[in-house]
Amino acid sequence: MTADAQWSRKDLLGIADLSAGEIGAILDTAESFREVSARPIKKVPTLRGKTVVNLFFEPSTRTRSSFEIAQKRLSADNINFSISDSALSKGESLVDTALNLQAMQPDLIVIRHAHAGAPQMLARRLQAGVINAGDGAHEHPTQALLDALTIRQHKGTLAGLKVAIVGDIEHSRVVRSNIHLLTRMGSEVTVAGPRTMMPVGMDKLGARVAYDLEEAIAGADVIMMLRIQLERQTRMLFPSIREYFLLFGLTLARLAAAREDAIILHPGPMNRGVEIASEVADGERSVILEQVANGVAVRMAVMYLLSGAQRGAA
Amino acid sequence: MPPVAEGTVADRRTILDAEQMQRVVRRMAGEIVDRNGGVEDLMFIGIRTRGVPLAESLAREIREMEGADIPRGVLDINLYRDDLSTVARYPVVKETRLPGTLDDRIVVLCDDVLFTGRTIRAALDALVDYGRPRSVRLAVLIDRGLRELPIQPDIVGRTVETARDELVEVRFAQTDGEDGVEVIPHDGSAAGPAAGAAEGD
Repeated sequence: MTADAQWSRKDLLGIADLSAGEIGAILDTAESFREVSARPIKKVPTLRGKTVVNLFFEPSTRTRSSFEIAQKRLSADNINFSISDSALSKGESLVDTALNLQAMQPDLIVIRHAHAGAPQMLARRLQAGVINAGDGAHEHPTQALLDALTIRQHKGTLAGLKVAIVGDIEHSRVVRSNIHLLTRMGSEVTVAGPRTMMPVGMDKLGARVAYDLEEAIAGADVIMMLRIQLERQTRMLFPSIREYFLLFGLTLARLAAAREDAIILHPGPMNRGVEIASEVADGERSVILEQVANGVAVRMAVMYLLSGAQRGAA
Repeated sequence: MPPVAEGTVADRRTILDAEQMQRVVRRMAGEIVDRNGGVEDLMFIGIRTRGVPLAESLAREIREMEGADIPRGVLDINLYRDDLSTVARYPVVKETRLPGTLDDRIVVLCDDVLFTGRTIRAALDALVDYGRPRSVRLAVLIDRGLRELPIQPDIVGRTVETARDELVEVRFAQTDGEDGVEVIPHDGSAAGPAAGAAEGD
């Protein structure tokens, strides 16, 4: 059993540096934690007395709520700092904010930041364990882990699966974490999107690149649709929403190119009628709401493992 | 199967061989039914790891005696341990799986070895989160003494005097290939079973 592979990291900064054994340990632990959310009393005393700081420098509703619920279900105390009410908006540097937080003796810090590398910098300076909840277009490890957990529940394994990831590849941290995770676990990954949203070097990460939706999802076991960030549309990365939907929107008709038992994932929030048709989002092959439930389990597992390792290092 | 330490066989004390163990389990099953005045409302919950095959064995005996199938569950107590702030590394958490609500059931907690009592303390805390049983009883195959908390078993297979640093190794046919109980002295040379695997507590 992979969960016996010991966990010894104090931080979860990205998927890129994790081994297959470490990924397996998180997924197996998350599988055990799923049951806690199904109980009448959805709380265990495991992290009683631990303090977790949620440090969000970018707006986030679902990732932060998911972390918060996970913290409460583990009985940890949590404090939320968001950009609007933090001293950062008054000109304080990230390091100073972090050192101030450290002085309050938190055990874990969950950070989302617009700049790639911000969590790494905190992790080097702080005793607290650091969890990357998204840094720029770099990594979003807990999202990739919850995607993997969802896929594994449906397909039994990640090895040998064909996974298509479609949308704005360039601005997506979800893509990078997912490519690292899925290729390490033996899946075959294809990324697809308009050329204006396709960065160079995706092949070097181990993914096949396609510029056509049908080509990307042909024979796929798993299709992951990414959110088109409409707020970026001011840069005219595609001519119109209508045209994007015509070329890259996942409809029931298009889905015929994938395997009959293919499942559909989306990290949320969804733009219906932009990257995904409602008939697909609400269809029987959509596992989007399962992803949300698995997100809580994965975050509980990560905080449990990091807390344990932290103690071991002390 | 737990690895057998070589060269220390002579130092091991056999507490129960396969035949004795089966007889003891049968007697325990009978006691549970007698004390309960039947099988109604009973539920067996095995504490991971070797409380699980004990619960299975007890249920099998009752099926043979009474023709009744007792609902069974599996409990992982790691999330409720009182030593999480002191252990070197957090234990691997496995799934808890209960057959339904505990409300108004007569729950028999099953564990292979009762030692400090801390596992049972954690198990009782866990049970409260799943419902309100009418009563909770404790069935253990081996009571090795040396309690650190005021916890006593209701149904005991065998009481054994042990030293704190000895290891009680319980094997079940279902999980380890054969039934049997041995006490292994702690003499440094004995590799013994994987740490914690056979200690009960």
